[in-house]
Amino acid sequence: MNDLRELRIDSMGGGMPGPGATPAPPAPDKGAGEAGQAGMARILALGIAALALWIAVYTHLEAWADAATYGLLGLERGSAFAAALAFFLYDGPKVLLLLTLVVFGVGIIRSFFTAARARRLLAGRGEAVGNVLAALLGIVTPFCSCSAVPLFVGFVTAGVPLGVTFSFLVSAPMVNEVALVLLYGLMGWKVAGLYLLTGLLVAMVSGWVIGRLKMEGHLEEWVRLIHAGQDQPEVEPGWPGRVRAGLEAVRDIVGRTWPWVLAGIAVGAGIHGYVPEGFMASIMGRDAWWSVLAAVALGVPMYSNAAGIIPVVHALLEKGAALGTVLAFMMSVIALSLPETIILRKVLKPRLLFTFVGVVSLGILLVGYLFNLIL
Amino acid sequence: MEIKVLGPGCPKCHEAEKRVREVVAELGADATVAKVSDFQEIARMGVFSTPAVAIDGEVKCVGKVPSKAEIAAWINA
Repeated sequence: MNDLRELRIDSMGGGMPGPGATPAPPAPDKGAGEAGQAGMARILALGIAALALWIAVYTHLEAWADAATYGLLGLERGSAFAAALAFFLYDGPKVLLLLTLVVFGVGIIRSFFTAARARRLLAGRGEAVGNVLAALLGIVTPFCSCSAVPLFVGFVTAGVPLGVTFSFLVSAPMVNEVALVLLYGLMGWKVAGLYLLTGLLVAMVSGWVIGRLKMEGHLEEWVRLIHAGQDQPEVEPGWPGRVRAGLEAVRDIVGRTWPWVLAGIAVGAGIHGYVPEGFMASIMGRDAWWSVLAAVALGVPMYSNAAGIIPVVHALLEKGAALGTVLAFMMSVIALSLPETIILRKVLKPRLLFTFVGVVSLGILLVGYLFNLIL
Repeated sequence: MEIKVLGPGCPKCHEAEKRVREVVAELGADATVAKVSDFQEIARMGVFSTPAVAIDGEVKCVGKVPSKAEIAAWINA
């Protein structure tokens, strides 16, 4: 029982300072400390109740946002401010709700995967298969960009081929649940699906290309000489532990990104209300051939998380920017950044580092042009 | 007792270090807390997912910020 109390304090401690409109669906599942049938049944019952509440709120959001804007505040239909406000009141809570649910689910899925497990699965794997597997594992393995160097060393010293390691390193930050939720919530499942598929493709192919270039000699000396220690023994968390991992993911990720999400949506709402239809078409439309190039050149050094960039991108798209240009911009912002490049310099000699940035940028560029061409 | 928090310096690593220091202070444990941010040293300890916490050379957790209860359990063990 003592254990349960500690767990409760811990889970509530940091608190999720989200706005009142976010009834975090998994919140009531705090009793996860008890194992066994009764505990499991309780988790399940609370989970179902929370999900029902979540669905009820989610399906009414649009009506509520409209009622608040035009009924409660009595704003006139058709004015720029009212359009922006209704957009914000609908999209803000909607995206936060989606984010909470998906981050909880992904948190549970991720409790089945660790970097150590990914390494075991990839070690000694042949190239093509390895690249595909690495990109897929990159989605589900918990990863924080500051882990890039330790992870790189851990993979390479365990015999994971260089190109396969890069596939993982590209996919892990680029294809993530926050990006996918925002894309789905704001632009629909087609755009989210396209992003998922092309993101994976860029990770697989650029890793494979780097592998073909045989640049193992361009790693820093110490990486080749080091004897990395053994794997740590892993403890299987069990279901209560997995539910807890999901809750921690919600607290951590939603707690950290919600201001970005809301700020991004506010900017998006402003563009939605005030920028005229078709305004972006001339500079980011598909006829402006240089726009993909400019978008990638701008996006590569930029460092932002998906939460901040996607609502802005959504608004640009709405005002006539071409999908390929917008996808390329988003991918280059999320997948590559100046801070990550600087940190990777610790393990990669300049030539390999430039090759990595170059190959990935090129892949993103191709994706951008391809979509502008076919859509 | 020597506690090491391994991580290059991201927000999660700082959070892990902060929690470890808080628990040490709360328990009044006789322990030194050091932050390791050198990649070579991190790799040599077999850690490739940060933040990680090691006590007297033994790695206790990797790739996450441990809860206070977990940290207290390691110190008291």
